Amino acid sequence: GQRSSESPKNSNESFAIVSFKWDHVKEPYIIVLWILVASLAKIVFHLSHKVTRVVPESALLIVLGLFLGGIVWAADHLASFSLTPTVFFFYLLPPIVLDAGYFMPNRLFFGNLGSILLYAVIGTIWNAATTGLSLYGVYLTGIMGELQSGLLDFLLFGSLIAAVDPVAVLAVFEEVHVNEVLFIIVFGESLLNDAVTVVLYNVFDSFVAIGPTNVTGIECLKGIVSFFVVSLGGTLVGIFFAFLLSLVSRFTKHVRIIEPGFVFIISYLSYLTAEMLSLSAILAITFCGICCQKYVTANISEQSSTTVRYTMKMLASGAETIIFMFLGISAVDPDIWDWNTAFILLTLLFISVYRVIGVIIQTWILNRYRTVQLEIIDQVVMSYGGLRGAVAFALVALLDEHKVRERKLFVSTTIIVVFFTVIFQGLTIKPLVQWLKVKKTEHREPKLNEKLHGRAFDHILSAIEDISGQIGHHYLRDKWSNFDRKYLRKILMRRSAQKSRDQILNVFHELNLKDAISYVAEGERRGSLAFIRSPSTDNMVNVDFSTPLPSTVESSVSYLLREKAGPVCLDMQALEQRRKSIRDTEDTLAHHTLQQYLYKPRQEHKHLYSRHEIMHSEDDKQDKEIFHRTMRKRLESFKSTKLGINHSKKLNKIHKRDRGQKRRNSSVIPNGNIPSENPVQDFALKEKDLEFSESEENNDYETLHLGKGVDFLANVTKQNFSDSPAGIDNPVFSADDDQSIYMKFSPWLSGEDTVVPSQRARVQLPYSPDNFKRLTPIRLSNKSTDSFLLADGPEDRPRSFLPESTHM
Amino acid sequence: PGVPQGSAPVTSLLSLAVTSEQIEHLHRRFKQLSQDQLTIRKENFDSIPDLEFNPIRGKIVHAFFDKRNLRQESDGLAEEINFEDFLTIMSYFRPIEMNMDEEQLDRFRKEKLKFLFHMYDSDHDGKITLQEYRNVVEELLSGNPHLEKESARSIADGAMMEAASICVGQMGPDQVYEGITFEDFLKMWQGIDIETKMHVRFLNVDTIAHCY
Repeated sequence: GQRSSESPKNSNESFAIVSFKWDHVKEPYIIVLWILVASLAKIVFHLSHKVTRVVPESALLIVLGLFLGGIVWAADHLASFSLTPTVFFFYLLPPIVLDAGYFMPNRLFFGNLGSILLYAVIGTIWNAATTGLSLYGVYLTGIMGELQSGLLDFLLFGSLIAAVDPVAVLAVFEEVHVNEVLFIIVFGESLLNDAVTVVLYNVFDSFVAIGPTNVTGIECLKGIVSFFVVSLGGTLVGIFFAFLLSLVSRFTKHVRIIEPGFVFIISYLSYLTAEMLSLSAILAITFCGICCQKYVTANISEQSSTTVRYTMKMLASGAETIIFMFLGISAVDPDIWDWNTAFILLTLLFISVYRVIGVIIQTWILNRYRTVQLEIIDQVVMSYGGLRGAVAFALVALLDEHKVRERKLFVSTTIIVVFFTVIFQGLTIKPLVQWLKVKKTEHREPKLNEKLHGRAFDHILSAIEDISGQIGHHYLRDKWSNFDRKYLRKILMRRSAQKSRDQILNVFHELNLKDAISYVAEGERRGSLAFIRSPSTDNMVNVDFSTPLPSTVESSVSYLLREKAGPVCLDMQALEQRRKSIRDTEDTLAHHTLQQYLYKPRQEHKHLYSRHEIMHSEDDKQDKEIFHRTMRKRLESFKSTKLGINHSKKLNKIHKRDRGQKRRNSSVIPNGNIPSENPVQDFALKEKDLEFSESEENNDYETLHLGKGVDFLANVTKQNFSDSPAGIDNPVFSADDDQSIYMKFSPWLSGEDTVVPSQRARVQLPYSPDNFKRLTPIRLSNKSTDSFLLADGPEDRPRSFLPESTHM
Repeated sequence: PGVPQGSAPVTSLLSLAVTSEQIEHLHRRFKQLSQDQLTIRKENFDSIPDLEFNPIRGKIVHAFFDKRNLRQESDGLAEEINFEDFLTIMSYFRPIEMNMDEEQLDRFRKEKLKFLFHMYDSDHDGKITLQEYRNVVEELLSGNPHLEKESARSIADGAMMEAASICVGQMGPDQVYEGITFEDFLKMWQGIDIETKMHVRFLNVDTIAHCY
């Protein structure tokens, strides 16, 4: 900043061109600066993998906070920054909890709800009571020296130090990857124990205020009642707002841009409302997230969903970072420190020991009722993973000095406890988990079979439950999903979203999409990708069904999927059209995703394609290599499907047209078997591909490749057919025929009885590339889209893929 | 080991490791279903209200009468089953016990998977063919009104392919994948903990859902 150019003594008599207005921006500036520092710290931490693998981020942040606090202190001798309860409870905690709730695996959560509730409620009460009472007991023996606390103060302290902290648990367990059941129990406990913590804290706080003598049975009873009110009330508030949010998201079709905003605003409102009514705000926002996730994700557009996801993660992560850093900073404040060795050490001892005891007892009880038993190892992890964190700190900071005389001691102890659990336990839990060989999560790709069988199980088990006359887990779940389907969905989900979206279908859709994308990406890489176009406008399928063989039609999954279930479609036009249909969102996604891969760079210089000339260029060589490989691979997989033998006919029927935006010198137009409606102008290609044989690969490949408009698959098929050991001579590919067939190799086309390995299975074929160099997918010119749209002219116009027509 | 027909009920059934409490409960239920007869037939299952909404009801009921599940040497469907058979089927769903050793666990697992396999393999030929698989998937997804048959079919096809790729890996040039045999089926389930998924808690012995 610059001072004003004039030098006013008291007042600025003249106009100051620039001025330094620190006070003006001070507050937001400092806040933003701290956020920036925290974020930069994160970057720095992650620069070193070695460090982050061993030390949990939270620990690093605390240390950083201590360091920074030290600097500020040294500079100013004044602890100006600290984690204030208000900021914590209003701004930092909600995003984290919302993130947890919104992404909570519901099935797992509700499946283990019994256990979670037991640990959360009984466990916390147990911890609080035993810790408080023990500390009091020890106090009475005098070891701690003189403290101005009574039983109630100890109980109050016990209640705030007893609760397992969701922020800390998340931060540490995220890096540890224990199996999901274990994780959900510990994490669920940390979330749901808020109700207990809030109640206990408030009860004891007010007891301390009114004085020990006035605590009567009535008060205790009120305390117990308030527990139920607070917890159930908070949950109901959450559910109410979830309902509201889902309902709102149903109507946001025309305001897509602010859709994500609603999620955050309404969830936050649930938090604040619960807080206002002195109910459990954490429970409220948790259940808001849990209940709304299904409907909101179904209703809002794909982009909004992504936005919500990323924003939530960003906010949560940012908040977590700031919390830990400020925990460190706040510790550097001599004012708050009051050291009492016995107290501190005993607290640490008691919380650990009592947690272990509590876990063991509860698990013993639970195991009599659980189908999946919790073993010793799980119990060890659960006890060890009971971390205390910022919630405890914020609660203790809220204590009133006048009511609770030993506030300073409590604050210091809490800080030590939090640091100990987060740093020490956080550091050692990973090696512990490894040493104990705790079962880890398995990250597997979703297999269709698993989903299917999982579904079968659900039904079987519910049937068994029905038959054997139990009211079991599955029975309940069934009832719930029926209720949901009949009523809730109709109210809360958009009409378009109500249909379809069976889970199995989702997986199937995903897998197919993956297949398609990888297929396309590969083709792109190999530098030859043809687009599969549909010959008829009205059909909008990229398969021609004007020919008979209804079985073909039926068995063509791609067709069916497109029409009914979900798009696996490389057909740009179809995608375009469908964008206007009800499933616009998913189609747009597919469209965009595929679009990324389907465009190739325009190469303007290679116009002429000559059969006899081999143009040597770097690219060509690469392409040739890749082409080789692709062909070989396709060939192998192709052969294994016996397509040549039974299904040649079917394949003939399927043809796609190349909408050539590649420089189509050599491209052909499809039209398999059907007497061509389009005179094919296939100069180079026809000769090439037809003489195809493995030995001649080289020549053909490169020439073909130069064409760059070839569907390598098509060539493979041709090759296959011409080479087929069964000697099937596919008329389509007879030497004179000047047509080539573009065929997407759809495994499902194989028809009734053969099973063809999936795309992915085939891709996993090992092969040894010779000079494998990847072509990086390059974007086309900006106008690529246009070519597609423009190209969708009258379908039966013969496509002459002369260079000009490929201009985009 | 097959349970001999008509042998003394409780003692031999204890080998199925269902507690006597549970046996009693199931017996009560059996009587309810059979209307105090000694055996039940398929029609008796109609009296269970909630079962109606179950999409694969047919297969499940069928499984109760499937002789392979009843550990009888013969094949095909039994006309009626008695309490012992009823228990035999139920025992497929008992949870694992803590004291089982490796071999027992393995046998346990195989049994459960075999039950499942028999459910899918409706023509009893030891293989799950594509058609049978399609059948199963169609039924499974029939609960969802918006999902049409063709989609179900495609899903079945896709699943079958996946199964083939797992079971057979890369297929040779002239190989045709006939169907999923039991060994293949086992392979498919290799990584997954079926023991923990396929069981029913026999807990609430007092809550008997009523039949009509």
